[in-house]
Order: sequence, then C-alpha cells, then structure tokens
Amino acid sequence: MATAPVLTPAAAEAPPPARRTAAGRLGAARYFLRRLGFYLGAAAVAVTLNFLIPRLMPGDPASALISQMQQKQNLSAEQVTSIYRLFGAPGAPLWDQYVTYLGQIAHFDFGASVAYYPTPVWEVIRSGLPWTIGLVGLTAVLAFVIGTSMGVLAGSRVGSRFDSFITPASMFLGALPFFWVALLLVMAFGVQLNWLPISGAYDGDMAVAFNGPFLASVVTHGILPAITMVVASFGGWLVGMRNMMVTTVSEDYVLLARAKGLSKARVMFQYAARNAVLPSVAGFALTIGSAVSGQILVEIVFSYPGVGYLLYQAVSSVDYPLMQALFLIVSLTVLAANFIADSVYGLIDPRARETRS
Amino acid sequence: MTKSVRARRRLPKLPGNIKVRVGIAIIVCFALLAVLGPFVVENLMGLSPTDVDTSGSMQPPSGAHLLGTTANGEDVFAQLVVGSRVSLLVGLVAGVVTTVLSVLVGVAGGYLGGRADSFLTVATNIFLVIPGMPLLIIVASYVQGRGGWLTVALVIGLTAWPWAARQKRAQTLSLRHRDFVAAAEMTGESRWGVITRELIPSLAPLISVSFLGAVVGSMFADAGLSFMGLGNINITSWGSMLYWAQNGSALTRGAWWWFVPPGACIALVGVAAGLVNFGIDEVSNPRLRKPSKQVRMRARAARLGAADTAVPAQATPVKEATS
Repeated sequence: MATAPVLTPAAAEAPPPARRTAAGRLGAARYFLRRLGFYLGAAAVAVTLNFLIPRLMPGDPASALISQMQQKQNLSAEQVTSIYRLFGAPGAPLWDQYVTYLGQIAHFDFGASVAYYPTPVWEVIRSGLPWTIGLVGLTAVLAFVIGTSMGVLAGSRVGSRFDSFITPASMFLGALPFFWVALLLVMAFGVQLNWLPISGAYDGDMAVAFNGPFLASVVTHGILPAITMVVASFGGWLVGMRNMMVTTVSEDYVLLARAKGLSKARVMFQYAARNAVLPSVAGFALTIGSAVSGQILVEIVFSYPGVGYLLYQAVSSVDYPLMQALFLIVSLTVLAANFIADSVYGLIDPRARETRS
Repeated sequence: MTKSVRARRRLPKLPGNIKVRVGIAIIVCFALLAVLGPFVVENLMGLSPTDVDTSGSMQPPSGAHLLGTTANGEDVFAQLVVGSRVSLLVGLVAGVVTTVLSVLVGVAGGYLGGRADSFLTVATNIFLVIPGMPLLIIVASYVQGRGGWLTVALVIGLTAWPWAARQKRAQTLSLRHRDFVAAAEMTGESRWGVITRELIPSLAPLISVSFLGAVVGSMFADAGLSFMGLGNINITSWGSMLYWAQNGSALTRGAWWWFVPPGACIALVGVAAGLVNFGIDEVSNPRLRKPSKQVRMRARAARLGAADTAVPAQATPVKEATS
C-alpha cells in the first residue's frame, strides 16, 4: 500500500482515505450489516423455495413416490413419514408445516435417504461437501488468477501477438459446454493415453488417511476435473480484465506514470492493473454460484464423490429427501461464500461501500 | 436517388465486423439445418434416427453411416440432424422466456425507480446468488416426463433471467434521463408507453445480443439436464444423444463418433454466439479494436522514419499547407 498511486480515480473522487478514521469504520460496519441483511434475505428465499417446490407440484407426488418405492422394497413406517414430511402431510395447514420444517432444518434433520437407506441424509451430504468445496474453491481461485494476469498482459498491448492469439482462444474455450470438454479429456488422457484416473476422488483400495500416498492419489484424481473447471472459466476473466485494461491504460494517471519514466512493468501492474481489477474482484462473488453449477456436471462425468455426484444419484434413484436437502445445503453454502467474497471486496475498495446497495 | 441505392437502403444493414458476420453465418446454417435437415435426412436420404440394427452396432464412420452407429445400431448422423431441431427449439423458447422476463424486470425497474426498483433489484440479486443449476435440476426432476421439451424450456427460462435483467436495468438507468425520454414524458406519454415506445427500441441492440446469449445458455442447460437423464431423453436431441452415449459407455469403448458430434454442434453454436458478442463489443468500444493494417503500416513507417532521422515523417509540409 505504501506505493499507492497518488492520482487514482479513487483518490480523486472518493472522500479522503476513510479506512482508519472512526467514520470510515462506521461506513465499513454499515456496509457489512447491509450485505449480511441481504444474504440473510436470500437464505430465507432459498429455504422457502425448498419448502414450496415439492408442495407446488401438480398431482400427489408423495403417494406416487410411496407406491413407486413399494414396488421395489418394503417401506418402513419411518420412510413413509419422511416422505410425507417432505411433501406435506395431506390436510395439515401450510403454515404449520412450514414451522415444523424450519424446526427440522435448524437441527440438520432431513430424514433418511432413500438411496442410502437407512443412512440419514445429513450424513450422506457431509461425505460429499468437502470434495466439492475443495475443488470449487481451488479452481475458482486458479481460474481467476490465471485469467486476470493473462488479461493484464493482453490488454496492456492490444493487437500484439499474444493478445491476438490468447483473446480469441480463451473466448473459444469459454464457449464450449463444460461437461463435454470433460468427456473429451476423459477420452484423451484417461482412456486413450491412460495417464490419469478417470473416476473417483482417490484410489478405492486406499484407506482415507492423511499420509503421502493417499494425498498423491487425491491429487492425481483431481487433475482432470480441475483442468476442466479452470479451462472452462479462465477465459471470462481474461476478456473482462483485458477490456478494463484497455480503458484504464489511457487514463491520465497512467500517462503521468509513464511520463515519469517508470518501468513498463511497474506502470502496467501497479498503476493500470490495480484499478482495472476492481470490477473483476466485485464480480468474483457472483461466479461462485455458476462455478458450483458447472461443477455438478463435471462431477457426474468423473464420478467425483462431491455433492454434484450425490445430486445425480439422488435424481436417478428418485431420492427426493436427499435431493431437497442437497439443494438447500448447496444454496446456503454458495450464499455464505458470496458473503465472504463480498466482504473482502468491501475491504479492498472503499468506494464499494458507498455505491453498492 | 437511383433505384439501386433505394433498394440497398431497404435491406437490413449487415454489420461490417468480420467476427459478427462469421458468427451470424454459422447460426443461420444451424437454423437451416434444423428447419430443412430432418426432411432431407428422412425423406431424401432415407435415414432414420431411431431404426435399431443390432447387427451393425458401434460402427465407426463409414460410407454407409457417415458418423458411425450407436450401441443399438442407430445412425449417428441422422440423430445429429434430427436432434438439431429439438435442441434449437428448446434454446429458442427458453431464450424468449428469459429475454421477456429480463426486459420486464430490468427496464421497468430502471425506469420507474423508487420502491418498485428497490424491490425488483433485490429480487433480481437474490435469484442471481441462488445457484441456478441445482434449482433447475430439482424442478426438472419433479416435472420429469410431464410436458416434454416445452416444460424443460419453460423451466430453464424461468431460472435464467436475473443476469440479463441486471444488465438491462443498468443500461436503462443511463437512458432514463436523456432528452428523448423527457420529451416523450412531456407529450403526455404514459409510463408503459415510454417503456414500450421509447426505451425498448433504444435498447434493441442490447436486447438482441442478450437474447442470443440466452438461447445458447438455454441450449447448454438443456444439454446438461438431458445428460443427467432429466428432461427429454426419449426424444432425439443433442443432449439426449450425450446421455445415451454416456449410458452406453461410449467413452471407455472408444466410440468417439457417438459423443463428439453432438457436443461439437453445441460448442459451435456457442462459439458463433461468442463471435457475435465479441464483435459487437468491438463495434461499441472502439478502443478494443485492433488498428487496421493500413494504420499499423503507417505507424511502423513513422517509427522507422523517426529512428532514421534523415527522413522526416512529413517531407513537404509547407507546400501541402499552401496548396
């Protein structure tokens, strides 16, 4: 922060550096409270959607599901109640059902899974959550860092050889359907060349433990899914950063820095890129949801044991309790991640606290 | 004004940008394929996408089967052509639903302001942060088998509007205080009239680009849902082809001709939309444009001239100024 450019637009337009003053701290606190309120509201909507969707479905899905399941196996009384709990017992007032439902999710009580009976739904989800969070977190950050830094290089000299190759190329990669790219990678590196494993998150013969061989197995199993996720999403960051750089490079303070005779790299990274990156950072939170959405299909291709693959299994075995709970947990996790990313952005850019609602 | 000039005027103007042209050409090709292709394949070439022929299963591409056969011996090429119709139709319907919703929410919010805007903005932002794909999967798995592709298209359209609405609201905010809007208000135009007669026509370029994006996004979503076995796996479409390929372990059996073509078609439509988008970005923001060859040559000549001080860039400035 010591070498911050003097003439950034922030310094020119925003009130004097507010961070260390009492008023600045108050502004920051107000910003966090507002964001917290927004995300609590979003969480309430997600919870309510999760409650309403099965109840708004036409027909009587509960009876249909019960009769469908009884053809395959004998249902226990407990399974029948867990299905009625999901779709609403016939005749009970909606409001009472809602209150009961809220009480249940507050205790992570989602009933028993149909596909993994009698394992409770929450246990099943807990086994998948770390794999998804790990892979999404890692690949989202990687794609952001790779895409943004290449965007700086491409945008600082529009029309250069690097720019005219990488910009269309990354745009092309971004226009491909995620899971089809995953299929191609499986075909090429898994089946034909046989270099990398094509399914699971670790070698099935191994016991889960924190030792060298197990971690190595996790890494080799993660390479192809991770490459798919990064390849599919770094292009958006690249093009966005490039276009912001092009606009920023012609600002007066960059011209001044150049006129002072500072080195090219310093002008580009410390003056232009620092300001051009702010919209990208602001947009980072919003991409978490779409990263998770893409991850679901990628996990299915690789049989990667995260929540996406669980959702797939829940869908194919008509395990409505598991499906419902997965939607809820995934949504709430994405909202929490969004809140964290938003808060970090509020710390980096004081202007965000003024303008965003 | 001569006749030919007038005739040229009446034709819709094609954007000069080469990327936009290539993108539009690809999209037009696919549209023709979807409209005419099934007729040509089924009636003129005598191929069927559903004829099962167990003796000729998993054949690589050959003269008899241009793109080989599936595990059931169905012709992949016929499936690809016939499937284009459903895939594009789902994209089109879902794209229309998405665009209409986003225009209603985005333009109304941006123009009306005040409490209506605050409400619509909060609603948009909330649906923006709730992850779309899981929501889509949940709803699609409940309506599974009911209503066919139309239901799938509607569900996709109903979950995809927030991004586009946000973008349109931002653009409307910048138009709201322009003179022509004020003028329309002065003449007693109603709010609804201002929105439909003034704002939406001015937003037309943005709306058409975002419509294209919505169509492609919906095709991706449909393919993803079909790949999971949700939606229309019993109708031939590019997505259902990918589902059956995965189910018939095309990957481990090395049957690339089964799953590469449908994915490649989806990808090609995506790339075409990307080209149009990228090209229009360049048109609206001149800074993103690569300088033309002529300009680059002149710049290079000037640089060389500067290094070569013997030859000044402008040899005879005085004469030119006086002439």
